[in-house]
Amino acid sequence: MSNSRFTRRGLLKTSAIAGAGLAAPTIFTAGSAAAHTNEPTGDTVTLGFNVPQSGPYADEGGDQLRAYKLAVEHLNGEGDGGMLNTFTSKALQGNGIMGKKVQYVTGDTQTKSDAARASAKSMIEKDGAVMVTGGSSSGVAVAVQALCQEAGIIFMSGLTHSNDTTGKDRKANGFRHFFNSYMSGAALAPVLANAYGTDRKAYHLTADYNWGYTTEEAVRTSTEAMGWETVETVLTPLTATDFSAYIAPVLQSGADVLVLNHYGGNMVNSLTNAVQFGLRDLEVNGKKFEIVVPLYSELMARGAGENVKGIFGSQNWDWKLENQLGARYTGTNAFVQSFGEKYGFPPSQAAHTGYVQALLYADAVERAGSFNPCAVGEALKDFEFDGMGNGPTLYRGADHQCFKDVVVVKGKEDPENEFDLVEIVEVTPVDQVMYAPDHPQMGGAEATLGSCNAGA
Amino acid sequence: MLGLTKKDFSLLMLVVALTMLAPFILNPFPEGSAMAQFNAGYPDLMQRFVIFGIFAIGFNILFGLTGYLSFGHAAFLGVGSYAAIWMMKLLTTNIIPAMVLAVIIAGLFSLIVGYISLRRSGIYFSILTLAFAQMSFAMAYSVLTPLTGGETGLQLRNTDARILESAPDGGGISRANLFGLEMTSSYELTLGAWEFTFNVGYYIAAIVMLLAFYLSIRIFRSPFGMMLRAIKSNNTRMNYTGLNAKPYTLAAFVISGMYAGLAGGLMVAMDTQVGPERMFWTASGEVVLMTILGGAGTLIGPVLGAGMIKYMENIISKINETILHQWFAFMPDGIEDLMVTMVYPFIGKGWHLTLGLIFMGVVIFLPGGLVEGGQRIARLFGKGKAADAKDTQSTPAE
Repeated sequence: MSNSRFTRRGLLKTSAIAGAGLAAPTIFTAGSAAAHTNEPTGDTVTLGFNVPQSGPYADEGGDQLRAYKLAVEHLNGEGDGGMLNTFTSKALQGNGIMGKKVQYVTGDTQTKSDAARASAKSMIEKDGAVMVTGGSSSGVAVAVQALCQEAGIIFMSGLTHSNDTTGKDRKANGFRHFFNSYMSGAALAPVLANAYGTDRKAYHLTADYNWGYTTEEAVRTSTEAMGWETVETVLTPLTATDFSAYIAPVLQSGADVLVLNHYGGNMVNSLTNAVQFGLRDLEVNGKKFEIVVPLYSELMARGAGENVKGIFGSQNWDWKLENQLGARYTGTNAFVQSFGEKYGFPPSQAAHTGYVQALLYADAVERAGSFNPCAVGEALKDFEFDGMGNGPTLYRGADHQCFKDVVVVKGKEDPENEFDLVEIVEVTPVDQVMYAPDHPQMGGAEATLGSCNAGA
Repeated sequence: MLGLTKKDFSLLMLVVALTMLAPFILNPFPEGSAMAQFNAGYPDLMQRFVIFGIFAIGFNILFGLTGYLSFGHAAFLGVGSYAAIWMMKLLTTNIIPAMVLAVIIAGLFSLIVGYISLRRSGIYFSILTLAFAQMSFAMAYSVLTPLTGGETGLQLRNTDARILESAPDGGGISRANLFGLEMTSSYELTLGAWEFTFNVGYYIAAIVMLLAFYLSIRIFRSPFGMMLRAIKSNNTRMNYTGLNAKPYTLAAFVISGMYAGLAGGLMVAMDTQVGPERMFWTASGEVVLMTILGGAGTLIGPVLGAGMIKYMENIISKINETILHQWFAFMPDGIEDLMVTMVYPFIGKGWHLTLGLIFMGVVIFLPGGLVEGGQRIARLFGKGKAADAKDTQSTPAE
């Protein structure tokens, strides 16, 4: 290709340049002695808020992002402080985290694992985020949790209800405040037994994916323990929009309760179909036919409109909690007030869990005196706190799951406005929703957290 | 050189230079400056550039040469990914067996899909491939949950029992590696205010992409490639001359399926996790966009298109309102708010809109894609340079 000519002078020149080139990196490289991934060295610390801004859960994601922004304000000592005033741990001073001002970056998970991981990776690799939080589906939560474990940063999951997140897919660097399928089942069963009796025949329609399976299993096991009989369980495709073909057989099955293990658009459609088929006006086995939706959200209730009236479900939190059930749920009003003042409407449970997770992380860092994920994990482990709107809460060390009361709600008969669609029926105390860390529904004895990873 | 003409060789060298110097090229702005937002030189995105480059190069062999528009190519990417992760879970975390199996399985799967779909051409072919891909997605999402992990997908665990290696001590998770060299390890070079990251995974992926690119040049220039072009320009005439075009299209289909499988395997090698969304129809549509945006039938076009789309997805989507306010902070308040309101729909979650506008612009004004844009610019700078530019671009097939 070219005729090169080696000369002594040429060789000397080249090796001098090459030598300088090789030496340069060692001269210029700085801060390579970081103790862990993305250790904040300046006077700011960056958090990554990775929420769905497009896709089916964009509404939940938008609300989460609002809550995160509010949390950053409160951490930095702006605004009215929100739950910082009611939180039992007083480590946070309102001067950022460990004196460092809190900054944040945002990303769009698109409700897809790949996109969520890409976005989380860019937060970690490019923006230097020391913690990633958010997400509105379990697939995304599990994927991003594993990523944060590998990268050596903390993941505070957002709205994820599947057992797997802190069950078989639990990770040492991942923490969940939101409740799960098992808790929904355990919380609903006694309330359902009270309302509908213990002699019932249930028919399950289940969305055909992981969350559906775990929810069905949880509800089935808890209701069967109460004396209910499960007539049949049918899987429905996630993409289905018309459930009439699945509803019709319910009429012939002899069942008197229909359990819809559906979420989001699925639930809105299946419930609407079920009501249109007149299931709710039916009398079977001499009892009134009933419908149950294990996981409820305000946004879904809004979607289903009239049809949710009187239908039971469970929630992680509700903005009316403190007003209706008193001071045990202190913190609720403080949060609702500062959220409402900033945005003009009450927060959803997705917003609440995000806000609380951000605060819990900051508090754990402050108590640990370090941003090191292992130290933070140690501080969160078996941490008991109160004043975050859910009553006394335990962050269990064995699986990094929060244990707290579960709210059982039902669709309100005559809502006053579009934010008042559900009414609180009862709160199932935390003792009834407790389970062993190696519970079979949680991945059994095989599930382990692994060891914490601090990266770098 | 390497069995290539001088033109093709210089194009290959250009791509070599671009990929090897990517950490510098993609990080032109100093760390901490306002423009650092537009830096793309971090490992994950660089890896994505080359992996989707491979995917698009493979797609282009089918679409650019034969004109058969497959709307289900993401299925092969997904199948390759699942094959690779199972290899890593069961055999070894070395990426070589994983990638080999990914290519083989994707090849076999594309043989089946291709054999059936290629009985039809045009829109019917597209719909058939789309149907296959959606079917694969739906099965991976639910029916095949024991095999694919369903919605939550598959990832490496500390409980995986591998035949060829033992679990790491202390409950850690083994990472993807090449004979002990971990994909995630990086070397950071700080030059003044600039920061450059050299990542092992990226360079391995880049070398694979260069091989894939070289192979695609050879295919383009071979008699086989000529035959594929003939199918595109006039299939009926091919039949009249007594040639059976089907084995050629099927071969092209399988080759491009194997490219997709390779890309899928590499994705797992760089990021050890698979989810079914990878096979969703929008992912299949994305590779079509990449190819058309860059220039279908050109050698380098698909790589450019892939880079463009991944850049938009990862960089533009992360600009939020706060950052906009910082940009326009120098303006008076009213105008600042006005500017933010005007720009806001196009950034953050609005990146799809920006991408759509660019795509429309390209399709309307530059039917040959970004490559044609490059050629036109080159032509502006005088005749002599235009000849050079032609050297680096192969002529679009249409």
